[in-house]
Amino acid sequence: MASPARRPSLSNIRSLHRKPKLPRNRWNGFFTFLAGLFAVIVVLPLVLVLAYVVIKGGSMMSLSLLTELPPAPGMTGGGIGNAILGTLIVSLIAALIAIPVGVGGGIYLAEYSKSGAFASFVRFGTNVLSGVPSIICGVFVYGLIVATRIFFDQSYSAIAGGIALSVLMLPTIIKTTDEGLKLVPQELRWGAIGVGASKFVTITHITLPTAFKPIATGIVLSIARAAGETAPLIFTALFSPFWPEGLFSPIASMSVLIYNFAIMPYDVQIALAWATSFVLVMMILVMNIFARYVGSFNKI
Amino acid sequence: MIQTTKTDLFRLRRRPLSEKLADQSFRVLATCLASLVGLILVAILITVLLGSRSAMSAYGLGFLTTSNWNPVTNEYGAFTAIYGTIVTSILSLLIAVPLGVGTAIFLTENFIPVKGRQIIGLMVELLAAIPSVVLGLWAIFVMEPFLRPVLNGLHASLGWLPFFSTQPEGPGMAPAILILVVMILPIITAIARDSLLQVPVELRQAAYGIGASRWGAIFQVILPAAISGITGGVMLALGRAMGETMAVTMIIGNSNNFSLSLLAPGNTIASMLANQFGEADGNQVSSLMYAAFVLMLLTLIINVLAQWIVRRLSLRYT
Amino acid sequence: MTTSLNTASNARPTAPAADACLSLQDVSISYGNGKNIAVNHVFMEIPKGKVTAFIGPSGCGKSTVLRALNRMNDLIEGCTLSGRVLFDGHDLYDRRVDPVEVRRRIGMVFQKPNPFPKSIYENIAFGARINGFRGDMDELVESSLRKAALWDEAKDKLKESGFSLSGGQQQRLCIARTIAVEPEVILMDEPCSALDPISTLKIEETMHELKKTFTIVIVTHNMQQATRVSDLTGFFNVTSLPDLDGKVGCLEEFGETERIFNSPAQQATQDYVSGRFG
Repeated sequence: MASPARRPSLSNIRSLHRKPKLPRNRWNGFFTFLAGLFAVIVVLPLVLVLAYVVIKGGSMMSLSLLTELPPAPGMTGGGIGNAILGTLIVSLIAALIAIPVGVGGGIYLAEYSKSGAFASFVRFGTNVLSGVPSIICGVFVYGLIVATRIFFDQSYSAIAGGIALSVLMLPTIIKTTDEGLKLVPQELRWGAIGVGASKFVTITHITLPTAFKPIATGIVLSIARAAGETAPLIFTALFSPFWPEGLFSPIASMSVLIYNFAIMPYDVQIALAWATSFVLVMMILVMNIFARYVGSFNKI
Repeated sequence: MIQTTKTDLFRLRRRPLSEKLADQSFRVLATCLASLVGLILVAILITVLLGSRSAMSAYGLGFLTTSNWNPVTNEYGAFTAIYGTIVTSILSLLIAVPLGVGTAIFLTENFIPVKGRQIIGLMVELLAAIPSVVLGLWAIFVMEPFLRPVLNGLHASLGWLPFFSTQPEGPGMAPAILILVVMILPIITAIARDSLLQVPVELRQAAYGIGASRWGAIFQVILPAAISGITGGVMLALGRAMGETMAVTMIIGNSNNFSLSLLAPGNTIASMLANQFGEADGNQVSSLMYAAFVLMLLTLIINVLAQWIVRRLSLRYT
Repeated sequence: MTTSLNTASNARPTAPAADACLSLQDVSISYGNGKNIAVNHVFMEIPKGKVTAFIGPSGCGKSTVLRALNRMNDLIEGCTLSGRVLFDGHDLYDRRVDPVEVRRRIGMVFQKPNPFPKSIYENIAFGARINGFRGDMDELVESSLRKAALWDEAKDKLKESGFSLSGGQQQRLCIARTIAVEPEVILMDEPCSALDPISTLKIEETMHELKKTFTIVIVTHNMQQATRVSDLTGFFNVTSLPDLDGKVGCLEEFGETERIFNSPAQQATQDYVSGRFG
């Protein structure tokens, strides 16, 4: 800023120079400092969590960690191979269910229903569903699938876990599809309809491909979120110390492994929980950054 | 070439039946998929209600006000968990709202260059991506040991208050509240930032134009204009805090003994479910379902209220 | 699909002029489920193989009428039409009519150039494919681009995105895309309003070529353009009816372009074409 000492000619009776001692300026400085401090406090947990995960978990990285089974209590060595595979399988099941349903629902909202009671009901329902706590999704799938044993008389299973996660992903995918399709300029739809395309062809050949990037971004983010979820899995997919035995048996997952091992009184298990956290967090952060990178180009 | 003989108009270029069928069935399919959302909601409600039927008839509304939870004597009351849910979420909100809104202001004003703001914004979003269970692990082994001396000091100096009357011994409500703050900060910050960004530039210019100082403009013009979005975000965060499970379960201590002290172990509905549901049977399952129903009702009310507030307040300010 | 209603609708007297391509009979269009009448009681015979221009001040409903001719208004919720629009003697708003088929025969070029986010080649091939085109696609793309006077500029970059073209070229691409499906009628909704004068001139030249093969209906704000390209002109005006609140559009006068601009029968037309309002 201007330095009053060197240009005294300007400081007349009513100077326009900044007076730092004015109460107004003092308050402004105080609040600016406070806001900056708050921003630092908000960012701090991320830095601390990442630092500990990298220090405590990253140092354990090895091929055997990624490929071996967890050790029995009291034993040493071992890895988390089954949990990594399990997380991939359960997330894949969830994605395979949630993507078609969510994209279909989003298409309905954006393309078929401009207004109307049913559409606002679906929108309201999507908002409500996204507010349902994840543990309730677990309770729901437990009551619907695990307790009733509807799949081949199996109770806890990978598929039950996948369904629970898909319920969680569904509202996000519907919303991103709906919003992504709304970004497509109306003129493009007119153009397709103007050359005689049916609604089906217009959506599948013009609008969906145009909105692909925002929709894909939302889907990747929702998968990343689901992959880290624990609450819906602890009594649907349960856990297994073995390699996955199929879609209808209990299955290990990284998040449940962290939960189970963190509260065990053995140092080996706790160390494995940190190592698993490292793998899980890295996987999720990579997906997040990848999705944002793709999404940053999505100027339609 | 395409036939253009002008015999009968609408039989020319007749769309084949298969194409019309595809068009129709796609519409029906999309409608069905959309209605699945409603179906799932109803199914969740019915599953939880059916599961809690026997507990509802056995304990009635007394379930909500008694704090006995004894699988041996088959007595269940969820007051401790309900109290814990409400107290942890509201206290965490009280801490997180000023932090989040302050950060949002910092990110929308030009205190630091755009690049720096973008990096902080990205970090806040990445914080939201950290799984709850990893935060729980961190809370157990890093945050809580670090916090213990502070809490001890609180107990020593303010122990005459019922809220700090017990000796902190590891897991408890206070660390649970702090980890909840970490978990809801990203939502509050993100929504507050979006609401602040939507305040028209003209409004800001008008405030500066009549000589308002920067924080004068923020407090008297910009924040009031963004209040609907911020309130909505705060309500959403409240709903999220109530339902948040893993990190809280790992650090709250899972005790069903009621205590006013924030330094004592406690319970929330979500953590009780996570902790007990797997091994429960009989009336305990039903009681847990009853508690789940209460949690669902609480979050449902909060969420509907959030939507209603956003709609009401935004009418006033735009 | 069913034929049970055939006799009833065919029995109605339809007596359009011999060479009429589109015939509007007492057409009124309103938005918001009948709340806001956009245009009232339009009678009009649009002849085959001619260029017909719609002119008039903003809000007179000329675009609304144009969009009614290939049922684009179906996409606007709450837009309703009364009266009849006959295309070759068939009511476009008959319940059995498939609007998608109508649009395959009555193409449309829009105000803003709206190429698909595909290559130039695919922009043209898209419409032809969905219309079941089985011939030589390369040939069709070339002939359509030639007819739209875009071939020389685009022939070396057919694989590039449609967005790589300039605004005027994009609009000609949209025209080429419309020609490729060989409709009988091409509707143009202010096709040059977003373009610079040179691009406008090129598109007008294109239209002179096109009118040899197609019936063209064009909405324009530009009266010079109407005199340059059209054979007939319809002047739409805004009136406020005493029993209705709000303004309502109506067809003030319709006839040979020559006559509309030089010796109109209505005072309002005279005022408008001489630039006294609008």
